[in-house]
Amino acid sequence: MSLTAEELREIEQSPFKQDFPLLAQNPDLTFLDSAATAQRPAMVLDAERRFYETMNANPLRGLYHLSVEATSSIEDARAHIARFICAVDEKGKPQADEIVFTRNASESLNLVAHTLPQTVGLGPGDEVVISIMEHHSNLIPWQQVCRATGATLVYLRPNDDYVITQDEIEAKIGPAAKIVSVTHVSNVLGVENPIAAIAERAHAMGATMVVDGAQSVPHLPVDVRALGCDLLAFSAHKLGGPMGIGVLWGKKSLLNALPPFLTGGEMIDSVTETDAVWAPVPAKFEAGTQDAAGSYATDAAITYLEQFGMEALERRERQLATYLTDSLATLSFVQVIGPTDGSRHVGAVAFNVDGIHPHDVASILDMSNVCIRAGHHCAQPLLAWLGERSTCRASVAFYNDKADIDRLVEGLNTVWSIFHGRI
Amino acid sequence: MAVSSATPASLYNPQFMDHVNNPDYNYQMEDPTHVHEGVNPSCGDELTFSIRIGDDGTIEEAAYQGHGCAISQASADMMSDLVTDRTPEEALELCDLFMRMVKGEVTDPTELEQLEDAALLKDIAHMPARVKCAELAWRTLSEMLGTDGEE
Repeated sequence: MSLTAEELREIEQSPFKQDFPLLAQNPDLTFLDSAATAQRPAMVLDAERRFYETMNANPLRGLYHLSVEATSSIEDARAHIARFICAVDEKGKPQADEIVFTRNASESLNLVAHTLPQTVGLGPGDEVVISIMEHHSNLIPWQQVCRATGATLVYLRPNDDYVITQDEIEAKIGPAAKIVSVTHVSNVLGVENPIAAIAERAHAMGATMVVDGAQSVPHLPVDVRALGCDLLAFSAHKLGGPMGIGVLWGKKSLLNALPPFLTGGEMIDSVTETDAVWAPVPAKFEAGTQDAAGSYATDAAITYLEQFGMEALERRERQLATYLTDSLATLSFVQVIGPTDGSRHVGAVAFNVDGIHPHDVASILDMSNVCIRAGHHCAQPLLAWLGERSTCRASVAFYNDKADIDRLVEGLNTVWSIFHGRI
Repeated sequence: MAVSSATPASLYNPQFMDHVNNPDYNYQMEDPTHVHEGVNPSCGDELTFSIRIGDDGTIEEAAYQGHGCAISQASADMMSDLVTDRTPEEALELCDLFMRMVKGEVTDPTELEQLEDAALLKDIAHMPARVKCAELAWRTLSEMLGTDGEE
């Protein structure tokens, strides 16, 4: 699929860069690593500062107005995040108490891996089903769980067209499956997995469905009801919020059933010398002082995205990914790893330059201020399965434009000429 | 403050690229006296380094095989050339000097002259992510000769 002239015009320039101080102050910088972390708009930086300047107090504890205000800022953020991922009741009311704050998506997934197995009674003979596309954050925790419980780890694998088929879903998710935990979007291949179909099968087999939304929530309109999952993890920093804030959404009945993960202050109702009664969710999962300013700034990051609408941003990002994939395809010495149809890439496009190590590609691109990722992308089992030791990865966000991708192509021509003396 | 790139344009220069594209020491050696493998798990770089120490106690021949980025390969080629005809003690001293150079601890050009072509890699000190690539061969040789090259 290639872009129409009209679509090319749409990505010619970025009206967004001016909102991002780092991009606005560095017009020569080509940032194509948003799958690792997004840039932050000024609105988010201002919010972080505003919290400390106008409402700083330890939330939840205090009875004075400042602490109450700090508490409200967290609760407002929870409600906003719930609405953003469509965690709402039949009347459309956001389910704020289904939003648990963590440090990042990895911590959210670790929380689940440390609590869910106990709740579902995972043991020998049971299966935990993940996919070969998992980031280590949704892979190592389950390896550890299986090692500790005697359960078996089963991998969903895509076909040659990078699709996890219905046949594969039915073959791998059977009656022994107790937990299914799959990434919504691959951080290497950029493809979107059929979460709704996987969740339907998981539930039919009596399993709980966990989704790693780290690469999807920043780029797609995500509706947890439509996905049909039970738990969803993602990070604020990939959607323009601060580093150090993660989110775990869960159905309230399930969150209520899970034991606590970290224990300590703020997460209890009462404590005696020998026992403790847990606070209701989400406080049960939030021991110790939380990053209230970070939650407040995450609220601002979502407000920023909603000004444009996730549908519109998704459309622009698919155009950029298509232009990126098509541009790479014009280079005879570059091989895209993943679908050749660029519109199937949610942000990320992995590729290799013939005979040149990805680290050298990234270092040479850095000479012209082009930032891409190179390595195993925290997905070593996927790379081994693909038969690659490492790859380059360029990833776009809505604030990128055509010129960013043209500079990448120019840089790749330089890489080739440095190694081969000609283009 | 403007963000500037950390990779100097001078690093991948023709002299460096000649070690990458036309290496003199990238082959399987016959009858080595010492063989040692080095890996950088985070990069996937793997290197097998071989030497033969002759009757006079010097390194008669040095060679490497493996795969990795241009920096790890060029560094291995430069090192092989440098340590040939040296005693193991001299080779270890050069390893130590190289490791200190890529950490940015030695910048005196006169001192770095001892490293010959390998001194081309001094700018790696500004590229922390690539220090391990440059060090791989030298670390492998240090381990082979009985120290790990670190303090």
